[in-house]
Amino acid sequence: MGRMATAESYVLAIGTKKGLWLATSPDRRDWSLSGPHFLMSEVPSIGIDTRDGRTRILVGVRSEHWGPTVFHSDDLGETWSEPENGAITFPDGTDAALERIWQIHPDADSRPGVVWAGCEPISVWKSTDGGEHFELNRGLWDHPHRSEWGAGYGGAAAHSIVVDPTGEKVHVAMSTGGVYRSLDGGTSWEPRNRGISAYFMPDPNPEFGQCVHKIAADAAVDGRLYAQNHHGVYRSDDDAESWESIAEGLPADFGFVMLTHPRRAGTAWVIPLKADGERIPPDGKLAVHRTDDAGASWKRLDAGLPEAEYNAVLRDAASVDGAEPAGVYFGTRGGSVYASADEGEHFTEVASHLPDVLCVRAAVVSAALLPAQL
Amino acid sequence: MTSAESMPADSAISVILPSVLQPLAGGQSILTAPAEAAVTVEWLLDAVTGDYPALSRRLRDETGAVRRYVNIYVNGNEIRRLQGLVTAVAPGQEVLIIQSVAGG
Repeated sequence: MGRMATAESYVLAIGTKKGLWLATSPDRRDWSLSGPHFLMSEVPSIGIDTRDGRTRILVGVRSEHWGPTVFHSDDLGETWSEPENGAITFPDGTDAALERIWQIHPDADSRPGVVWAGCEPISVWKSTDGGEHFELNRGLWDHPHRSEWGAGYGGAAAHSIVVDPTGEKVHVAMSTGGVYRSLDGGTSWEPRNRGISAYFMPDPNPEFGQCVHKIAADAAVDGRLYAQNHHGVYRSDDDAESWESIAEGLPADFGFVMLTHPRRAGTAWVIPLKADGERIPPDGKLAVHRTDDAGASWKRLDAGLPEAEYNAVLRDAASVDGAEPAGVYFGTRGGSVYASADEGEHFTEVASHLPDVLCVRAAVVSAALLPAQL
Repeated sequence: MTSAESMPADSAISVILPSVLQPLAGGQSILTAPAEAAVTVEWLLDAVTGDYPALSRRLRDETGAVRRYVNIYVNGNEIRRLQGLVTAVAPGQEVLIIQSVAGG
Protein backbone atom coordinates (compact mmCIF):
# COMPACT_ATOMS: atom_id res chain seq x y z
CA MET A 1 0.00 0.00 0.00
CA GLY A 2 3.01 2.29 -0.21
CA ARG A 3 2.31 5.59 -1.91
CA MET A 4 5.69 6.82 -2.96
CA ALA A 5 5.00 8.06 -6.43
CA THR A 6 4.20 11.71 -5.93
CA ALA A 7 6.55 14.37 -4.62
CA GLU A 8 4.09 15.52 -2.00
CA SER A 9 1.73 13.61 0.18
CA TYR A 10 -0.59 14.46 2.99
CA VAL A 11 -0.60 13.24 6.54
CA LEU A 12 -3.65 13.43 8.74
CA ALA A 13 -3.19 12.62 12.41
CA ILE A 14 -6.36 11.62 14.23
CA GLY A 15 -6.39 11.74 18.00
CA THR A 16 -9.25 9.89 19.64
CA LYS A 17 -10.49 8.88 23.04
CA LYS A 18 -8.66 5.56 22.68
CA GLY A 19 -5.58 6.20 20.64
CA LEU A 20 -4.05 7.84 17.61
CA TRP A 21 -4.51 6.93 13.97
CA LEU A 22 -2.43 8.24 11.09
CA ALA A 23 -3.79 8.59 7.60
CA THR A 24 -1.79 9.32 4.48
CA SER A 25 -2.89 10.27 1.00
CA PRO A 26 -1.32 11.27 -2.28
CA ASP A 27 -4.28 13.42 -3.25
CA ARG A 28 -6.40 14.06 -0.13
CA ARG A 29 -9.13 11.83 -1.54
CA ASP A 30 -7.86 8.27 -1.13
CA TRP A 31 -6.51 7.61 2.34
CA SER A 32 -4.56 4.79 3.97
CA LEU A 33 -5.00 4.42 7.69
CA SER A 34 -2.57 3.06 10.29
CA GLY A 35 -3.09 2.58 13.99
CA PRO A 36 -3.97 2.64 16.69
CA HIS A 37 -0.94 4.11 18.34
CA PHE A 38 -1.22 4.57 22.13
CA LEU A 39 -4.23 2.28 22.29
CA MET A 40 -6.47 3.03 25.28
CA SER A 41 -4.93 6.43 25.87
CA GLU A 42 -6.76 9.54 24.79
CA VAL A 43 -4.98 11.89 22.39
CA PRO A 44 -6.55 15.33 22.77
CA SER A 45 -3.72 17.30 21.19
CA ILE A 46 -1.48 16.97 18.16
CA GLY A 47 1.05 19.31 16.62
CA ILE A 48 2.69 18.61 13.28
CA ASP A 49 5.89 20.62 13.01
CA THR A 50 7.28 20.76 9.48
CA ARG A 51 9.98 23.32 10.21
CA ASP A 52 13.68 22.63 10.47
CA GLY A 53 13.64 20.29 7.50
CA ARG A 54 11.82 17.50 9.26
CA THR A 55 8.28 16.44 10.03
CA ARG A 56 7.80 16.00 13.75
CA ILE A 57 4.47 14.81 15.10
CA LEU A 58 3.92 15.80 18.71
CA VAL A 59 1.06 14.27 20.62
CA GLY A 60 -0.37 14.97 24.02
CA VAL A 61 -1.32 11.55 25.35
CA ARG A 62 -3.33 10.88 28.47
CA SER A 63 -3.87 7.52 30.08
CA GLU A 64 -6.64 7.28 32.62
CA HIS A 65 -4.29 5.15 34.69
CA TRP A 66 -0.84 6.52 34.04
CA GLY A 67 -1.44 10.20 33.46
CA PRO A 68 -0.54 12.65 30.69
CA THR A 69 2.68 12.94 28.71
CA VAL A 70 4.03 14.21 25.39
CA PHE A 71 5.45 11.88 22.79
CA HIS A 72 7.05 12.87 19.52
CA SER A 73 7.89 11.05 16.33
CA ASP A 74 10.25 12.19 13.58
CA ASP A 75 9.43 9.25 11.31
CA LEU A 76 5.68 9.66 10.90
CA GLY A 77 4.77 7.31 13.68
CA GLU A 78 7.25 4.51 13.08
CA THR A 79 8.80 5.21 16.47
CA TRP A 80 7.84 7.45 19.35
CA SER A 81 10.02 9.14 21.94
CA GLU A 82 9.24 10.56 25.33
CA PRO A 83 11.65 12.69 27.35
CA GLU A 84 12.45 10.64 30.45
CA ASN A 85 11.53 13.38 32.86
CA GLY A 86 8.52 14.48 30.88
CA ALA A 87 8.17 17.32 28.40
CA ILE A 88 5.59 19.14 30.53
CA THR A 89 5.76 18.93 34.31
CA PHE A 90 4.70 21.53 36.80
CA PRO A 91 7.72 22.94 38.63
CA ASP A 92 8.24 22.69 42.36
CA GLY A 93 6.34 25.27 44.29
CA THR A 94 3.30 25.34 42.05
CA ASP A 95 1.63 22.47 43.93
CA ALA A 96 0.00 21.53 40.66
CA ALA A 97 0.00 18.43 38.51
CA LEU A 98 -0.54 18.17 34.79
CA GLU A 99 -3.94 16.75 33.96
CA ARG A 100 -4.26 17.04 30.20
CA ILE A 101 -2.47 18.61 27.26
CA TRP A 102 -5.13 20.42 25.26
CA GLN A 103 -3.03 22.12 22.67
CA ILE A 104 0.35 21.70 20.97
CA HIS A 105 1.07 24.56 18.63
CA PRO A 106 4.29 24.94 16.65
CA ASP A 107 5.21 28.64 16.39
CA ALA A 108 5.89 30.51 13.14
CA ASP A 109 8.55 29.62 10.61
CA SER A 110 10.50 32.60 11.86
CA ARG A 111 10.93 30.94 15.25
CA PRO A 112 12.01 27.37 14.52
CA GLY A 113 12.10 25.13 17.54
CA VAL A 114 9.50 27.13 19.42
CA VAL A 115 6.40 25.15 20.30
CA TRP A 116 3.58 26.26 22.58
CA ALA A 117 1.31 24.09 24.67
CA GLY A 118 -1.95 24.77 26.45
CA CYS A 119 -2.86 22.56 29.36
CA GLU A 120 -5.15 21.64 32.20
CA PRO A 121 -4.99 23.00 34.83
CA ILE A 122 -5.21 26.20 32.82
CA SER A 123 -1.66 27.01 31.85
CA VAL A 124 0.45 27.90 28.85
CA TRP A 125 3.88 26.45 28.17
CA LYS A 126 6.67 27.21 25.73
CA SER A 127 9.36 24.99 24.33
CA THR A 128 12.43 26.17 22.45
CA ASP A 129 13.70 22.69 21.57
CA GLY A 130 11.01 21.42 19.28
CA GLY A 131 8.65 20.29 22.01
CA GLU A 132 10.94 18.08 24.06
CA HIS A 133 10.93 20.33 27.13
CA PHE A 134 8.44 23.05 27.95
CA GLU A 135 8.62 25.87 30.45
CA LEU A 136 5.59 27.11 32.34
CA ASN A 137 4.48 30.62 31.35
CA ARG A 138 4.65 32.33 34.70
CA GLY A 139 2.88 35.47 33.57
CA LEU A 140 -0.35 33.60 32.98
CA TRP A 141 0.11 31.10 35.82
CA ASP A 142 0.59 33.90 38.34
CA HIS A 143 -2.22 36.00 36.90
CA PRO A 144 -4.53 37.32 39.64
CA HIS A 145 -7.56 36.09 37.71
CA ARG A 146 -6.43 32.46 37.71
CA SER A 147 -8.35 31.44 40.81
CA GLU A 148 -11.55 32.64 39.12
CA TRP A 149 -11.09 30.73 35.89
CA GLY A 150 -13.37 27.75 35.73
CA ALA A 151 -13.84 24.45 33.99
CA GLY A 152 -16.14 23.76 31.09
CA TYR A 153 -17.76 20.37 30.75
CA GLY A 154 -14.60 18.90 29.23
CA GLY A 155 -12.26 20.30 31.85
CA ALA A 156 -10.37 23.52 32.51
CA ALA A 157 -8.55 24.15 29.28
CA ALA A 158 -6.13 26.61 27.77
CA HIS A 159 -7.05 25.39 24.31
CA SER A 160 -6.16 28.09 21.81
CA ILE A 161 -2.78 29.74 21.36
CA VAL A 162 -2.45 32.25 18.54
CA VAL A 163 0.97 33.74 17.97
CA ASP A 164 1.90 36.68 15.79
CA PRO A 165 4.32 35.29 13.20
CA THR A 166 6.50 38.38 13.22
CA GLY A 167 5.88 40.16 16.52
CA GLU A 168 5.38 39.59 20.20
CA LYS A 169 1.59 39.34 20.31
CA VAL A 170 0.12 36.17 21.75
CA HIS A 171 -3.57 35.46 22.24
CA VAL A 172 -4.76 32.61 24.43
CA ALA A 173 -8.32 31.40 24.85
CA MET A 174 -9.51 29.30 27.73
CA SER A 175 -12.66 27.61 28.88
CA THR A 176 -13.67 29.18 31.04
CA GLY A 177 -11.91 32.48 31.31
CA GLY A 178 -12.11 33.85 27.80
CA VAL A 179 -9.46 35.52 25.69
CA TYR A 180 -6.23 36.87 27.16
CA ARG A 181 -3.68 38.86 25.20
CA SER A 182 0.00 39.43 25.68
CA LEU A 183 1.87 42.12 23.77
CA ASP A 184 5.26 41.16 25.14
CA GLY A 185 5.67 37.57 24.06
CA GLY A 186 3.85 36.15 27.04
CA THR A 187 5.38 38.07 29.92
CA SER A 188 2.15 39.84 30.87
CA TRP A 189 -1.48 39.14 30.03
CA GLU A 190 -4.73 41.09 29.97
CA PRO A 191 -8.28 39.84 29.32
CA ARG A 192 -9.77 40.94 26.00
CA ASN A 193 -13.41 39.87 25.85
CA ARG A 194 -15.40 43.05 25.21
CA GLY A 195 -18.41 42.10 23.12
CA ILE A 196 -18.29 38.36 23.85
CA SER A 197 -21.32 37.18 25.78
CA ALA A 198 -21.23 35.13 28.94
CA TYR A 199 -25.00 34.65 29.14
CA PHE A 200 -24.57 31.96 31.76
CA MET A 201 -23.19 34.44 34.30
CA PRO A 202 -25.10 36.99 36.41
CA ASP A 203 -23.32 39.73 34.48
CA PRO A 204 -23.38 38.56 30.86
CA ASN A 205 -20.64 41.00 29.88
CA PRO A 206 -17.83 40.44 32.36
CA GLU A 207 -14.23 41.44 31.82
CA PHE A 208 -13.35 37.74 31.79
CA GLY A 209 -15.01 34.41 32.48
CA GLN A 210 -16.41 33.78 29.02
CA CYS A 211 -16.47 30.26 27.66
CA VAL A 212 -14.69 30.89 24.39
CA HIS A 213 -14.48 27.56 22.61
CA LYS A 214 -11.88 28.36 19.97
CA ILE A 215 -10.10 31.32 18.41
CA ALA A 216 -8.12 31.60 15.20
CA ALA A 217 -6.28 34.41 13.45
CA ASP A 218 -6.85 35.67 9.96
CA ALA A 219 -3.61 34.82 8.18
CA ALA A 220 -3.65 37.89 5.97
CA VAL A 221 -5.17 40.70 8.03
CA ASP A 222 -3.13 41.90 10.96
CA GLY A 223 -5.18 42.22 14.12
CA ARG A 224 -8.14 40.17 12.87
CA LEU A 225 -9.30 37.22 14.93
CA TYR A 226 -12.33 34.95 14.87
CA ALA A 227 -13.96 33.24 17.84
CA GLN A 228 -16.47 30.44 18.28
CA ASN A 229 -18.00 31.07 21.66
CA HIS A 230 -20.32 29.08 23.89
CA HIS A 231 -23.15 30.56 21.85
CA GLY A 232 -21.87 33.31 19.64
CA VAL A 233 -19.55 33.61 16.68
CA TYR A 234 -17.39 36.72 16.63
CA ARG A 235 -14.73 38.65 14.79
CA SER A 236 -12.27 41.19 16.09
CA ASP A 237 -10.43 43.61 13.84
CA ASP A 238 -8.37 45.20 16.57
CA ASP A 239 -6.38 42.43 18.21
CA ALA A 240 -9.28 41.45 20.47
CA GLU A 241 -9.86 44.92 21.90
CA SER A 242 -13.47 44.44 20.84
CA TRP A 243 -15.53 41.68 19.27
CA GLU A 244 -18.61 41.83 17.06
CA SER A 245 -21.04 39.11 16.14
CA ILE A 246 -20.73 37.43 12.75
CA ALA A 247 -23.29 34.74 13.53
CA GLU A 248 -25.97 36.04 11.17
CA GLY A 249 -26.43 33.61 8.33
CA LEU A 250 -25.44 30.55 10.36
CA PRO A 251 -28.08 27.99 11.37
CA ALA A 252 -26.85 28.17 14.97
CA ASP A 253 -24.28 30.14 16.88
CA PHE A 254 -23.17 27.25 19.11
CA GLY A 255 -20.25 25.00 18.27
CA PHE A 256 -16.63 24.36 19.06
CA VAL A 257 -14.69 24.73 15.83
CA MET A 258 -13.06 27.81 14.38
CA LEU A 259 -10.66 27.44 11.47
CA THR A 260 -9.03 30.07 9.30
CA HIS A 261 -7.43 29.87 5.90
CA PRO A 262 -3.65 29.44 5.94
CA ARG A 263 -3.12 32.41 3.59
CA ARG A 264 -6.30 34.10 2.37
CA ALA A 265 -7.95 37.01 4.08
CA GLY A 266 -11.52 36.69 5.28
CA THR A 267 -11.93 32.93 5.00
CA ALA A 268 -12.96 30.91 8.03
CA TRP A 269 -14.88 27.73 8.75
CA VAL A 270 -17.23 26.74 11.58
CA ILE A 271 -19.25 23.60 12.26
CA PRO A 272 -22.43 24.69 14.04
CA LEU A 273 -24.24 22.64 16.65
CA LYS A 274 -27.83 23.39 17.50
CA ALA A 275 -27.44 24.71 21.03
CA ASP A 276 -25.77 24.28 24.40
CA GLY A 277 -28.62 22.06 25.47
CA GLU A 278 -28.80 20.20 22.15
CA ARG A 279 -25.28 19.46 21.05
CA ILE A 280 -26.03 17.94 17.68
CA PRO A 281 -25.82 19.32 14.15
CA PRO A 282 -28.94 21.42 13.48
CA ASP A 283 -31.77 19.10 12.36
CA GLY A 284 -29.31 16.20 12.56
CA LYS A 285 -27.69 17.35 9.33
CA LEU A 286 -23.96 17.82 9.55
CA ALA A 287 -22.49 20.73 7.63
CA VAL A 288 -19.45 22.94 7.57
CA HIS A 289 -20.03 26.63 6.99
CA ARG A 290 -17.45 28.84 5.34
CA THR A 291 -17.20 32.56 5.07
CA ASP A 292 -15.04 34.26 2.46
CA ASP A 293 -15.88 37.77 3.56
CA ALA A 294 -14.86 37.74 7.22
CA GLY A 295 -18.28 36.69 8.45
CA ALA A 296 -20.56 38.95 6.42
CA SER A 297 -22.03 35.85 4.80
CA TRP A 298 -21.73 32.08 5.15
CA LYS A 299 -21.94 29.20 2.72
CA ARG A 300 -23.24 25.80 3.79
CA LEU A 301 -20.97 22.94 2.72
CA ASP A 302 -22.21 19.38 3.07
CA ALA A 303 -21.31 17.57 -0.17
CA GLY A 304 -20.06 14.14 0.77
CA LEU A 305 -21.26 14.32 4.35
CA PRO A 306 -23.85 11.85 5.69
CA GLU A 307 -27.59 12.43 5.44
CA ALA A 308 -27.99 12.21 9.19
CA GLU A 309 -25.42 12.75 11.90
CA TYR A 310 -26.10 13.28 15.58
CA ASN A 311 -22.56 13.53 16.88
CA ALA A 312 -20.78 16.73 17.80
CA VAL A 313 -17.46 17.93 16.45
CA LEU A 314 -15.11 19.04 19.20
CA ARG A 315 -12.91 22.13 19.17
CA ASP A 316 -9.68 20.57 18.03
CA ALA A 317 -11.27 17.83 15.94
CA ALA A 318 -10.95 20.08 12.91
CA SER A 319 -8.00 21.44 11.02
CA VAL A 320 -6.72 22.87 7.77
CA ASP A 321 -3.55 22.04 5.89
CA GLY A 322 -1.23 24.45 4.16
CA ALA A 323 -1.82 23.29 0.61
CA GLU A 324 -3.40 25.19 -2.27
CA PRO A 325 -6.33 24.93 -2.29
CA ALA A 326 -6.47 24.44 1.44
CA GLY A 327 -7.60 21.10 2.78
CA VAL A 328 -10.24 20.98 5.49
CA TYR A 329 -10.52 18.07 7.91
CA PHE A 330 -12.74 17.16 10.81
CA GLY A 331 -13.86 14.22 12.92
CA THR A 332 -16.96 13.53 14.96
CA ARG A 333 -17.56 12.08 18.37
CA GLY A 334 -19.00 9.14 16.48
CA GLY A 335 -15.58 8.34 15.07
CA SER A 336 -16.07 9.49 11.48
CA VAL A 337 -13.36 11.57 9.86
CA TYR A 338 -13.80 13.63 6.71
CA ALA A 339 -11.38 15.41 4.41
CA SER A 340 -11.87 18.03 1.75
CA ALA A 341 -9.24 18.87 -0.85
CA ASP A 342 -11.12 21.95 -2.04
CA GLU A 343 -11.71 24.11 1.02
CA GLY A 344 -14.85 22.31 2.03
CA GLU A 345 -16.71 22.14 -1.26
CA HIS A 346 -16.58 18.34 -1.25
CA PHE A 347 -15.76 15.91 1.52
CA THR A 348 -14.64 12.29 1.44
CA GLU A 349 -14.69 9.92 4.37
CA VAL A 350 -11.22 9.10 5.68
CA ALA A 351 -12.31 6.75 8.45
CA SER A 352 -15.41 5.69 10.31
CA HIS A 353 -16.27 3.92 13.54
CA LEU A 354 -13.17 5.12 15.34
CA PRO A 355 -13.46 6.14 18.99
CA ASP A 356 -14.57 9.73 19.69
CA VAL A 357 -12.37 12.04 17.66
CA LEU A 358 -10.73 14.64 19.89
CA CYS A 359 -8.16 16.20 17.60
CA VAL A 360 -7.09 16.16 13.98
CA ARG A 361 -4.09 17.84 12.38
CA ALA A 362 -2.95 17.69 8.78
CA ALA A 363 0.22 18.56 6.95
CA VAL A 364 1.82 18.38 3.54
CA VAL A 365 4.92 16.18 3.60
CA SER A 366 7.39 14.80 1.15
CA ALA A 367 6.17 11.45 -0.14
CA ALA A 368 9.65 10.10 0.45
CA LEU A 369 9.08 10.46 4.18
CA LEU A 370 6.18 8.06 4.27
CA PRO A 371 6.91 4.68 5.80
CA ALA A 372 6.62 1.92 3.22
CA GLN A 373 3.79 0.14 4.97
CA LEU A 374 1.50 3.15 5.02
CA MET B 1 18.98 -0.34 43.57
CA THR B 2 17.05 -2.60 41.31
CA SER B 3 18.82 -5.91 41.31
CA ALA B 4 17.96 -8.45 43.95
CA GLU B 5 20.48 -11.02 42.87
CA SER B 6 23.08 -10.35 45.54
CA MET B 7 20.67 -9.50 48.30
CA PRO B 8 19.30 -11.83 50.97
CA ALA B 9 15.57 -12.11 50.51
CA ASP B 10 14.75 -10.79 53.98
CA SER B 11 16.79 -7.62 53.58
CA ALA B 12 15.05 -6.42 50.49
CA ILE B 13 11.60 -5.28 49.45
CA SER B 14 10.23 -6.20 46.07
CA VAL B 15 7.87 -4.10 44.00
CA ILE B 16 5.95 -6.10 41.43
CA LEU B 17 4.98 -4.21 38.30
CA PRO B 18 2.07 -4.84 35.96
CA SER B 19 3.17 -5.99 32.53
CA VAL B 20 2.17 -2.73 30.86
CA LEU B 21 4.73 -0.81 32.92
CA GLN B 22 7.60 -3.25 32.60
CA PRO B 23 9.02 -1.68 29.40
CA LEU B 24 9.58 1.49 31.42
CA ALA B 25 11.72 -0.49 33.89
CA GLY B 26 14.02 -2.03 31.33
CA GLY B 27 11.72 -5.01 30.96
CA GLN B 28 11.88 -6.01 34.59
CA SER B 29 8.77 -7.30 36.31
CA ILE B 30 10.16 -6.87 39.81
CA LEU B 31 12.15 -3.98 41.19
CA THR B 32 13.91 -4.42 44.49
CA ALA B 33 15.21 -2.03 47.09
CA PRO B 34 17.50 -2.95 50.00
CA ALA B 35 15.96 -2.40 53.40
CA GLU B 36 17.33 -3.38 56.79
CA ALA B 37 14.28 -1.95 58.53
CA ALA B 38 10.77 -0.92 57.67
CA VAL B 39 10.43 1.87 55.15
CA THR B 40 7.52 3.90 53.82
CA VAL B 41 5.88 3.24 50.50
CA GLU B 42 6.98 6.72 49.46
CA TRP B 43 10.63 5.91 50.19
CA LEU B 44 10.28 2.61 48.42
CA LEU B 45 8.82 4.16 45.26
CA ASP B 46 11.54 6.80 45.25
CA ALA B 47 14.16 4.06 45.58
CA VAL B 48 12.95 1.69 42.90
CA THR B 49 11.98 4.33 40.33
CA GLY B 50 15.06 6.48 40.77
CA ASP B 51 16.61 5.06 37.62
CA TYR B 52 13.31 5.05 35.77
CA PRO B 53 11.78 8.55 35.79
CA ALA B 54 9.21 7.72 33.11
CA LEU B 55 7.98 4.86 35.30
CA SER B 56 7.87 7.18 38.28
CA ARG B 57 5.65 9.61 36.39
CA ARG B 58 3.21 6.82 35.56
CA LEU B 59 2.71 6.06 39.23
CA ARG B 60 2.75 9.51 40.82
CA ASP B 61 2.16 13.05 39.59
CA GLU B 62 4.42 16.07 40.09
CA THR B 63 3.06 16.67 43.59
CA GLY B 64 4.06 13.16 44.61
CA ALA B 65 0.48 11.92 44.83
CA VAL B 66 -0.30 8.41 43.63
CA ARG B 67 -2.37 8.65 40.46
CA ARG B 68 -6.05 8.08 41.00
CA TYR B 69 -6.30 4.77 39.16
CA VAL B 70 -3.02 3.32 40.36
CA ASN B 71 -3.45 0.89 43.23
CA ILE B 72 -0.57 -0.10 45.47
CA TYR B 73 -1.01 -3.11 47.73
CA VAL B 74 0.95 -3.93 50.87
CA ASN B 75 0.11 -7.29 52.37
CA GLY B 76 -2.93 -7.43 50.18
CA ASN B 77 -4.28 -4.09 51.33
CA GLU B 78 -4.48 -1.05 49.11
CA ILE B 79 -2.49 1.76 50.69
CA ARG B 80 -5.40 4.22 50.54
CA ARG B 81 -7.03 1.99 53.18
CA LEU B 82 -3.84 2.04 55.21
CA GLN B 83 -1.70 5.10 55.73
CA GLY B 84 -1.23 6.03 52.11
CA LEU B 85 2.32 6.81 51.09
CA VAL B 86 3.53 6.63 54.69
CA THR B 87 2.33 3.05 55.03
CA ALA B 88 5.20 0.98 56.42
CA VAL B 89 6.69 -1.89 54.47
CA ALA B 90 8.94 -4.38 56.24
CA PRO B 91 12.01 -6.08 54.76
CA GLY B 92 11.02 -9.24 52.95
CA GLN B 93 7.58 -7.96 52.03
CA GLU B 94 6.29 -7.52 48.52
CA VAL B 95 4.47 -4.51 47.19
CA LEU B 96 2.11 -5.00 44.32
CA ILE B 97 1.18 -2.32 41.79
CA ILE B 98 -2.00 -2.91 39.82
CA GLN B 99 -3.97 -0.59 37.63
CA SER B 100 -7.48 0.03 38.87
CA VAL B 101 -10.58 -0.82 36.92
CA ALA B 102 -11.20 2.33 34.94
CA GLY B 103 -12.17 3.50 31.52
CA GLY B 104 -15.06 2.86 29.22
